[in-house]
Amino acid sequence: MTAPSEPIAASKERTRFWRAPMLDSLPLRISVLVICFLWTLPTAGLFISSFRNPQLITQTGWWTALIHPFDQGWTLQNYQQVIGSNGMGEAFLNSLIVTIPATVIPITIAAFAAYAFAWIPFRGRGILFIIVVALLVVPLQMALIPVLQLYSGLGLYGTFVGVWLAHTAFGLPLAIFLLYNFMSQLPRDLFESAAIDGASAFQTFTRIVLPLSIPALGAFAIFQFLWVWNDLLVALVFLGPGADVRVMPTALFNLLGAYGGAWHLLTAGAFLTMIVPLVVFLALQRAFVRGILAGSVK
Amino acid sequence: MAVERTQGSGSYGTSRTVLVVSLIGLVLAAIGISILIDKQGGQKLLASVYDLFGNSAGAEALRNGQGDQFFAKLLLVAIALFVGVGGIWLLFTGVSALVERLRPALRDRLLPLVFIAPAVVLLGIYLVYPAVRTIIGSFQDENGAFTLANWASLATPPFLEILRNNVLWLVIGTSGSVGLGLLTAALFDRIRRESLAKIFVFTPLAISLVGATVIWKFVYAWQPASQPQFGLLNAIWTGLPFGFQPIPWATQFPINLPSEMLILIWLQTGFAMVVFSAAIKGVSSEIIEAARLDGANERQLFRKVIVPMIRGTIVTVTTTVAIVTLKIFDIVMSVSGGRNHDDVVAVRMFAEMFQFFNDGRAAALATVLFIAVLPVMIVNLRNFRRQAAM
Repeated sequence: MTAPSEPIAASKERTRFWRAPMLDSLPLRISVLVICFLWTLPTAGLFISSFRNPQLITQTGWWTALIHPFDQGWTLQNYQQVIGSNGMGEAFLNSLIVTIPATVIPITIAAFAAYAFAWIPFRGRGILFIIVVALLVVPLQMALIPVLQLYSGLGLYGTFVGVWLAHTAFGLPLAIFLLYNFMSQLPRDLFESAAIDGASAFQTFTRIVLPLSIPALGAFAIFQFLWVWNDLLVALVFLGPGADVRVMPTALFNLLGAYGGAWHLLTAGAFLTMIVPLVVFLALQRAFVRGILAGSVK
Repeated sequence: MAVERTQGSGSYGTSRTVLVVSLIGLVLAAIGISILIDKQGGQKLLASVYDLFGNSAGAEALRNGQGDQFFAKLLLVAIALFVGVGGIWLLFTGVSALVERLRPALRDRLLPLVFIAPAVVLLGIYLVYPAVRTIIGSFQDENGAFTLANWASLATPPFLEILRNNVLWLVIGTSGSVGLGLLTAALFDRIRRESLAKIFVFTPLAISLVGATVIWKFVYAWQPASQPQFGLLNAIWTGLPFGFQPIPWATQFPINLPSEMLILIWLQTGFAMVVFSAAIKGVSSEIIEAARLDGANERQLFRKVIVPMIRGTIVTVTTTVAIVTLKIFDIVMSVSGGRNHDDVVAVRMFAEMFQFFNDGRAAALATVLFIAVLPVMIVNLRNFRRQAAM
C-alpha cells in the first residue's frame, strides 16, 4: 500500500524549533492571508450572487454588491425557483436516498469482511485479500459497460437499489483495506478473553470489534458520504437524468447544460448542493483528516 | 485465530429471538426493495394506504401522477433508509444467528464465509468480472467478433488529442496540487493560527466537482467587450491599464485547459496540504535543530531536510492526485463536454457509451485508464507483500 512511511501523527511530541525563527513575521502573515483570501474568493462570489436580483447578477459584478449593499434588491427567489421549478428540492431528497444507504451498506459489509480477514483464519484468505489490494486502484470506468448491461437485463437501471449496490462495490476495496489495517492492530488478548467468555464470532464482532473500531468507521463514513453525495459519473451512468431519481450533482449538471447563462439559478443551485457536504465536513473535520491520513487512494 | 465458543454457554437463549426478528425484518426489507425498484413505488404504496382509509380520490390522484407527490417521496425516503440501513444489518444478524445454531465444527467453517461472502460477491460482480469483460470487449466489434479496430482508432488525431490532454492533466494538475499543497503546508506550519488558516484551503475538498465548476465558470464568465464584465477574472483583466480584451477563459482553446485544471488544483491542494502538514510535524525536532546548528537557513532547511525526510509522503500524495487527474470527468463534462479541444478519456468514454453507442471503443478507453494505473497497482501489491511478510 502507498501508506506514508513517516510517522504522521507525532504532533504531541513536536517542539517549536521549526517554527521559532519566522513565527508570525509580517511577510509570512501577509502571504498566508492572501492565500486564504484567494482560496475563498470564488466561493464567496457565488454565495453573494445567489441572493442577488437575477437581472443584476449579469449586469454588475458581485463585488459591487459589497460596495453598495443597500440598492441590490436582495432576494430568496433564486432559491425558490431552483428548488421548485428546477427540481432541486426533489434532487435533494434523492441525494439523501442514495447517499445514506450507499454509506452504511459498504461500511457494514466491509467491517464484517475486514474482521474475518484480520482475525478468522479460513481457506483462501491470503489470495482474497491480495485481490482486494489490487482492486484499490482499478478505475471504476472498467466496470461501467458490463454492469450497465447487467442492469438493463435485471431492471436495475435507474433504481436506487442499483446505484446503492454500485457505490457499495466501488467503495468496498478502500473500506476493507482501511478497516483491516485498523482491526488487525487490536490486541489479541481481547479475542482470547472473548472466546473464553463464550462469545460467538458474531458477538465478538458486534460487542468488541465494532465499538473499538468507531474511529476508523467514522473516518471512512465521512469519506464515502462526501464521495457519494458529490458523485456525478456513477449517478449519470446508473441513475440517469430522470427527474424522479436524479441526484443533486446531476440536477446541477443539467442546469449547466440547459441554462448555461442563468446565473441566478446556477449560483443558488450550486450552493444548495454544497450545504450538506460543507456542514458534514466542517462538523467532522477531524475524523475526515484521520481518514485521509489513514490512506487515500481512491 | 478461530474464535471458539465454549460449549453449553448460556447465550443461546437470545439467539432464537434474534433469528425470528431478523427473518421478519428481512421479509419486510425484501418488500421494501420491490417498492424501491418500481418506478412508481412510492405513489403506489401511498395510494394503497389511502384506499385502505377510504380516501379513494387521493389514491386516484396519486396513481395519475398528481396529488400528494411530496408525501409519496417522503415515504420512499423512509423505506429507502429502512431497507438500506436496516436491511444490511438484518441480513448479517439473521444469517449469523442461523449459522450459530449449527454444529460447532460446521459453524466455525461457515461463519467466516458469512462474513466475507457479501464483499466477495459484490467485488466479483462489480469489479473483477467487469474488468475482465471490458478488456475482452475492447477487442470486439459490435457483433462480438475479434477486432483491433477499437485500439487502432485511438491512434487517430481526435484520440491523440484526448490522450495529450490527459497527459497534460496528469502533469500540470498533479504538480500544481502537490506543489501548492507543499507550499501552503510549509507556510501555514509557521503561523500561530495554523488550523484556522488550513480550513480556508481545505474546505473546497468538501465541494463536488460540478459545484466547483459552477463556482469557477462564474469567475471565468465572459461578456463582449462592449458590456460590463461580471466575471471576476475578466473584470480584473480588462481593468488592468493595458487595454486588454476580455478572454473566454473557460471555452477558448488553449487557455481553457489551464482554466479547467485550476479548478482541480483549487480543490486538491487542500488534500495535499493536510497530508504534508501532518508529515512535516512528524519530522524529528532533533534533526531540524541539528541542521540549524550547522548553519542551515530556513529555505535550505526546507529543501535539504524537510522535503527529503517526507519523500515517502510526497510520493503517496502524488500518486493519489495523479490517479484523480487520470480519471478526470466531472470538470471537463461540466465545462464543455469536451467540445473545445479539451476532451479527456473519461468524458469521451461516456460519449462513446451514450452518444455513439460504440461500446468497443468505450471499453478500449477504459482499458487505457486501467493500463495507466497498473504500475501503481503493482507497487501497492509489492509493498503489501513486504508488509505481510514481516
